Amino acid sequence: MYKILKAEKLADMIYLMDVEAPRVARHCEPGQFVIVKMDEKGERIPLTICDYDREVGTITIVFQTVGASTHKMAELKAGDAFRDFTGPLGCPSEFVGEDIESLKNKKILFVAGGVGAAPVYPQVKWMKEHGIDVDVIVGSKTKDMLILESEMRAVAGNYYPCTDDGTYGHAGMVTTKIEKLAEEGNKYDVCVAIGPMIMMKFVCLLTKKLNIPTIVSMNPIMVDGTGMCGACRLHIGDEIKFACVDGPEFDGHLVNFDEAMKRQQMYKTEEGRAMLKLQEGDTHHGGCGHCGGDK
Amino acid sequence: MADVLKRVPVREQDAKVRATNFEEVCYGYNMEEAMEEASRCLNCKNAKCIQGCPVSINIPGFISKIKEGNIEEAYKVIGESSALPAICGRVCPQESQCECKCIRGIKGEPVSIGKLERFVADYALENDIKPVKAEKTNGHKVAVIGSGPSGLTCAGDLAKLGYEVTVFEALHELGGVLVYGIPEFRLPKQKVVKKEIEKVKELGVKFETNVVIGKSTTIDQLMEEEDFEAVFIGSGAGLPMFMGIPGETANGVFSANEYLTRSNLMKAFDSSYDTPIAAGKKVAVVGGGNVAMDAARTALRLGAEVHIVYRRSEAELPARVEEVHHAKEEGVIFDLLTNPKEILVDENGWVKGMKVIKMELGEPDASGRRRPMEIPGSEYEIELDTVIMSLGTSPNPLIASTTKGLETNRRKCIVAEEENGQTSKACVFAGGDAVTGAATVILAMGAGKAGAKGIHELLSRK
Ligand SMILES: Cc1cc2nc3c(=O)[nH]c(=O)nc-3n(C[C@H](O)[C@H](O)[C@H](O)COP(=O)(O)OP(=O)(O)OC[C@H]3O[C@@H](n4cnc5c(N)ncnc54)[C@H](O)[C@@H]3O)c2cc1C
Ligand SMILES: Cc1cc2nc3c(=O)[nH]c(=O)nc-3n(C[C@H](O)[C@H](O)[C@H](O)COP(=O)(O)OP(=O)(O)OC[C@H]3O[C@@H](n4cnc5c(N)ncnc54)[C@H](O)[C@@H]3O)c2cc1C
Ligand code: SF4
Ligand code: SF4
Ligand code: FES
Ligand SMILES: [Mg+2]
Repeated sequence: MYKILKAEKLADMIYLMDVEAPRVARHCEPGQFVIVKMDEKGERIPLTICDYDREVGTITIVFQTVGASTHKMAELKAGDAFRDFTGPLGCPSEFVGEDIESLKNKKILFVAGGVGAAPVYPQVKWMKEHGIDVDVIVGSKTKDMLILESEMRAVAGNYYPCTDDGTYGHAGMVTTKIEKLAEEGNKYDVCVAIGPMIMMKFVCLLTKKLNIPTIVSMNPIMVDGTGMCGACRLHIGDEIKFACVDGPEFDGHLVNFDEAMKRQQMYKTEEGRAMLKLQEGDTHHGGCGHCGGDK
Repeated sequence: MADVLKRVPVREQDAKVRATNFEEVCYGYNMEEAMEEASRCLNCKNAKCIQGCPVSINIPGFISKIKEGNIEEAYKVIGESSALPAICGRVCPQESQCECKCIRGIKGEPVSIGKLERFVADYALENDIKPVKAEKTNGHKVAVIGSGPSGLTCAGDLAKLGYEVTVFEALHELGGVLVYGIPEFRLPKQKVVKKEIEKVKELGVKFETNVVIGKSTTIDQLMEEEDFEAVFIGSGAGLPMFMGIPGETANGVFSANEYLTRSNLMKAFDSSYDTPIAAGKKVAVVGGGNVAMDAARTALRLGAEVHIVYRRSEAELPARVEEVHHAKEEGVIFDLLTNPKEILVDENGWVKGMKVIKMELGEPDASGRRRPMEIPGSEYEIELDTVIMSLGTSPNPLIASTTKGLETNRRKCIVAEEENGQTSKACVFAGGDAVTGAATVILAMGAGKAGAKGIHELLSRK
């Protein structure tokens, strides 16, 4: 069992947890993820590593409630435990292996959307620890949903919050902020964009135009996370790659986002039913007419 | 008295009924049936059957104990050579191993060695007969990677010799293909696999799940930081292959591994579990091996019309005869001499069909089987919503790519000596599918035994 040491609600529908997992904490690097499983009957749920403490042996995860499993997970409290917690999975971000001096000469832009701020944070923190100041754009729907602001401000060079509804920071999508920064004369050598696929797609369309090499972190549906099932396969250029072992980070200008977004929808019907069943709880009696109730 | 040329038939679940459930197909023998079948064994002096068994079980030895009704003794005889008899008795390709060498097979049907082995093992599980444990540990620490049949066997053998063994498993359950690949209706997980693994635990073996070697830690770190003196790699051949035809990333296209993992490991067939499966209404399984049969029979039980699409003819089907027979009985349709050219996809990205071509058999190829060739102009389309690719698997490169000095061959298999599992790296041994490519449970067990022997030879010299 993997004990939860801290459980906190960051914003509406967004939760943070510190989980005891010493093996993962000892070996993880920015860019990697874990797979958690709540109990005997639970799904295997991939989540990016948001932070880690090698001494204490903990991993920080941040997740948004989107369906049945994440809603159940949100009920867990400090002192509870995950039955399974595997990782670190996937490859570390490319810069982890790069020469620090050459990295210092690069101008780097991080773009996060929604809970994407969580996976971006350890990367920005890593940069700071290696003496590199980077620009960070964090977008959210509204001010109340902006997460990890003080943490991110502490490690970022320039920090640019954006809200879709204009309640805080730059008013508008992250792409309009990128355009603005470019217009103001910022020349970026590399952009790292992490968030919903639709956001990453539009960031990539823009950065292609602006000629900024862009790395994205893909989150296709996964099962094992070790290269065994192929559920996570994506087209990267002409090649098929397994996101769990070859990624999750890829050259965003080569990703086939439209196909990847369709694949994310694969279990929409089943997921909808599972959510309905969870909401109706014990009163569920197969009213939807599809799932056969609790047969 | 029954005809001695014929085996005692084994009771099975009715084909129509079982096609709709995940209960075990074969019920196995009871005591009376087992003793009667055992009486057909001639207790040959120079027993050919033993040569057919990759782990050389003393077959006449255990069968003669069944004749006496002493099942506990029979279990001990099997236990000298095999740690997982309830599993092998169910899934070994006996017809091409022990049973094909049986003297009874010359005039009539060979002795049902597999079914008898299963009977003894099930009896031991039900009556909780304990395996014989080492008296004390010898202080040497060994790490085993992977909890499939090769890893379990190696760990069990070493524990019996007094080694302190820890098995590291990437997934959240133990058993390898036995839990994620082979379906419940052929190999029950709670009743058989879990219990047989419990026996390995009783020998003192420690297990750590959720540890991916190459990611959570590496072989070099296990030896340098955690003081393991030797390592056995039994990581299997889990990487699925695809055909590389258009449409393969469409929604509704699975590897057999994904389909089976969702159903077996994650229990998607049971609605009280959270993992979903898109079961499909009309399913094509591409391939003709055991894995293809398992995927097809699983899809059938999930309510689909199922076609096996295979490019050679029935005679070349690599699956066990018993499995093909069971699949047919249950209603799986065989589209033989047929090969996919393209998966047809609708505007929402879902499979809507498959373009296939008819094949004919030409001259034998390198494998000795007649080479399938396309018949020009014979393409046609079939309507489908699901395609399961079952084209074989290869070893996952994760371990080889993170271990200094570990040699692999062109097929990504780890290079290791057959008799003792020694790899190109000192103190590191390997066996099973990771070395041979996808093979069988009993061969993996045999390799686990060889690895244990190699490790014992190395460490007992220290
Ligand atoms: C490498 C990776 C890193 C991720 N990191 C984070 C993170 O840090 N924070 C976060 O909130 N979410 C993250 N996700 C997404 C997260 O795994 C899904 O939101 C979660 O699995 C949804 O489960 P559910 O049952 O609540 O929702 P469901 O209702 O079952 O599904 C909602 C949507 O989530 C996606 N999804 C469902 N099952 C899976 C699955 N097994 N694997 C991947 N996606 C799935 C699908 O697109 C689906 O339509 C990550 C995914 C991947 C692959
Ligand atoms: C669907 C299916 C049906 C089959 N039917 C039959 C049959 O009827 N009869 C028969 O004899 N054979 C059958 N086989 C083949 C047989 O199951 C395999 O040959 C056998 O399981 C191989 O054993 P193994 O120990 O080498 O590897 P596996 O059983 O593959 O076990 C390897 C284990 O290692 C783990 N692992 C891998 N990488 C790592 C890592 N980096 N770190 C930690 N752990 C790791 C895996 O998760 C897995 O649990 C079938 C195979 C399949 C897929
Ligand atoms: S282990 Fe397999 S090959 Fe050996 S006797 Fe048993 S069934 Fe036959
Ligand atoms: S060859 Fe057949 S008859 Fe002879 S000992 Fe083996 S099982 Fe018995
Ligand atoms: S999640 Fe199974 S191969 Fe990537
Ligand atoms: Mg879900």
